[in-house]
Amino acid sequence: MTLAELKRGQQGIIKDVSSKSIPLKLLEMGCLPGNAVELVQVAPFSDPMYLNINGTHLAIRKETATHILIETATNE
Amino acid sequence: MSKQINVALIGNPNTGKTSVFNALTGLNQKVGNYPGITVEKKEGVCKLPRGLKAHIIDLPGTYSLNASSLDESVVIELLLNKNDKDYPDVAVVITDVENLKRNLLVYTQIKDLEIPTILVINMSDRMAYKGISLDVLHLEKQLKTKIALVSTRKNKGIDDLKDLISNYKTLSAEPCLATQDIDTAYFEGLKKAFPNQSLYKLWLVITQDVNFGKVDRKTIADTSAFKTKSETDLKRLQQKETIKRYQFINNVLKKGQTIDLNSAKDLRIKLDRILTHKVWGYLIFFLILLTIFQAIYDWAEVPMDFIDSAFASLSEWTKNTLPAGAFTNLLAEGVISGLGGIVIFIPQIAFLFLFISVLEESGYMSRVVFLMDRIMRRFGLSGKSVVPLISGTACAIPAIMATRNIENWKERLITILVTPFTTCSARLPVYLIIISLVIPQGRFLGLSYQALTLMLLYLIGFGAAVGSAYLLNKFMKIKSKSFFVVEMPNYKLPLFKNVALTVLEKTKSFVFGAGKIILAISIVLWFLASYGPGKEFNNAKEIVTEQYASQNLSQEELDQKVASHKLEHSFIGITGRAIEPAIRPLGYDWKIGIAIVSSFAAREVFVGTLATIYSVGSDEEVTIKNRMAAEVNPILGGPLFNLASGISLLLFYAFAMQCMSTLAIVKRETNTWKWPMFQLVTMTVFAYIVALIAYQVLK
Repeated sequence: MTLAELKRGQQGIIKDVSSKSIPLKLLEMGCLPGNAVELVQVAPFSDPMYLNINGTHLAIRKETATHILIETATNE
Repeated sequence: MSKQINVALIGNPNTGKTSVFNALTGLNQKVGNYPGITVEKKEGVCKLPRGLKAHIIDLPGTYSLNASSLDESVVIELLLNKNDKDYPDVAVVITDVENLKRNLLVYTQIKDLEIPTILVINMSDRMAYKGISLDVLHLEKQLKTKIALVSTRKNKGIDDLKDLISNYKTLSAEPCLATQDIDTAYFEGLKKAFPNQSLYKLWLVITQDVNFGKVDRKTIADTSAFKTKSETDLKRLQQKETIKRYQFINNVLKKGQTIDLNSAKDLRIKLDRILTHKVWGYLIFFLILLTIFQAIYDWAEVPMDFIDSAFASLSEWTKNTLPAGAFTNLLAEGVISGLGGIVIFIPQIAFLFLFISVLEESGYMSRVVFLMDRIMRRFGLSGKSVVPLISGTACAIPAIMATRNIENWKERLITILVTPFTTCSARLPVYLIIISLVIPQGRFLGLSYQALTLMLLYLIGFGAAVGSAYLLNKFMKIKSKSFFVVEMPNYKLPLFKNVALTVLEKTKSFVFGAGKIILAISIVLWFLASYGPGKEFNNAKEIVTEQYASQNLSQEELDQKVASHKLEHSFIGITGRAIEPAIRPLGYDWKIGIAIVSSFAAREVFVGTLATIYSVGSDEEVTIKNRMAAEVNPILGGPLFNLASGISLLLFYAFAMQCMSTLAIVKRETNTWKWPMFQLVTMTVFAYIVALIAYQVLK
């Protein structure tokens, strides 16, 4: 699934980022394969998304999140 | 002469870099610009042990050495150019203990440039609170550096840092990573082509074109002969480099840092649950704005009234004390009135910058960006446009520079174009004086009508910005990739020292920057109002005496008539009368016309201009406000500043583009005269039409 499908409070592990559509800056902030990601909060219409990636808190737009593949860690 | 050590402070945004800079330099700092560009350059001097001195530069915050904006490229250009006079003898990388992993990325890059580097781990007072413990010796060994644990909040570790800086010669300049590991074959080739250069330096020069393309290639060997990879491949290598760096950092931190999550307490989660909430978040944001406006209006009133009357008395005192003559008049009527027109804004500007810097420092501003992005996008703006639009309430110039972190060019351009609509502090004095003249006193739900009017004007400005953004978005055909990343920093109690220094610095630059223009214009205006061509001006006394001979006026009334006759036929009066037909339909007389024309240099000149025009020829000690209230409409009778003309003026100032400095900045940021000219014409025409309608409906 993609990061855009993550629910609030849910966690996952980043599997792949398409380097073509994702800016280097986002990678440098820790958005790299293998890192844990949690959806902390969403704005109305779940966009933008407030994430905790590997301890770094940042917000990105939903459109960007569709280019990041993840795997959910737990499905409680 | 003892040699100064050049020190560069580098670090991610939100690491407290500026706090460290302030702690090192205190009041020995100055803010300027890098030559040719509008990036702010902060530098200062710091005394070190053993009589040494350090020249400290606070470089713009950057997440890495791969520049994606003008501000960031300043950092790289300096670090790549050994001949720059500011080239650091030692780099100090500032990190935040809570974000050590991410903050260390740029540290490893600087190490790989083989610059002696000190690592500052800031906010160390929060370690216990967050359950973090560090093995400093292990970290120093692995990162090949010396570490200073600093807490600017608790004022700890600054002396250790000074010690380390003064011993900079003992620091290792060994790189952290081997650059060729990124792609062995590629870098072997590079090494062969440029045997004398540092590999990482070459790599940076090659890749800057991919990301940004503004680094001056002459600072290092020309690498254009060696371009064996496509942009996509280079980008892939950069990604690989980033992963390698994080692997290194993770390995170092595995032993060097332990985090006990059980003892970690997190205020952030609790605060964010409310402050970024779908309903409460917006409500709180609105309440904060409301408080700011009420506060600016109420708190600033006392010092402003005091300043106003103090300058009126000073002008009066000068006239009575110095020998009469042209010089005394120039001093009393031109210079002192003009100065009063500057100094009177200080309380409000200080308050405004106080609020903005508190919002920024606390980390709240990022939450606003998050909340507003979706809404702003509908108007072709970005959530990040909120910051320029809010800081535009102080001044459009820094606000337009603050658009640089908007990644999307179309969103950025629209933000630049609409920001001058926001109510900047230069409009405030015009608003305040007119509101106090035409809006009745009284209260509604505890808020004064006057404060509500002011709030409404701010909303109108904001509405005009957003509305025109919507139109521009519809009609502008610019394709650019949409992309948006904003860091959500930890909440912090703003440091008093940082806030105080910001307020001091910004107020100072307002007084001396805008002040010079205002003062010069006041003096020119005084001359133009005090002298005139021809008989009508020079023989005013005879003409007036003859004209009113039959009416038996007292000497005082007669003097008044002579003064106003002179003013009407002075240079300024002649100019004013020439433009009067254009502004009469808006409810203004020629004096207001002159004030409007001179406002095109800078809006805040309005009050100073009226002060100068009215004080020429008047002998009494009166404040600007009282003089304006006494003005009579020459055609209709009654006060000149009534509800209709007052509202018309307020609206004209709300919409018109009357600031040369803003136009100059827009030209620099967009690299063409097309956009500033577009702003000047459309905004001013729009302002004229709205003011016309308002006056005609209300009169």
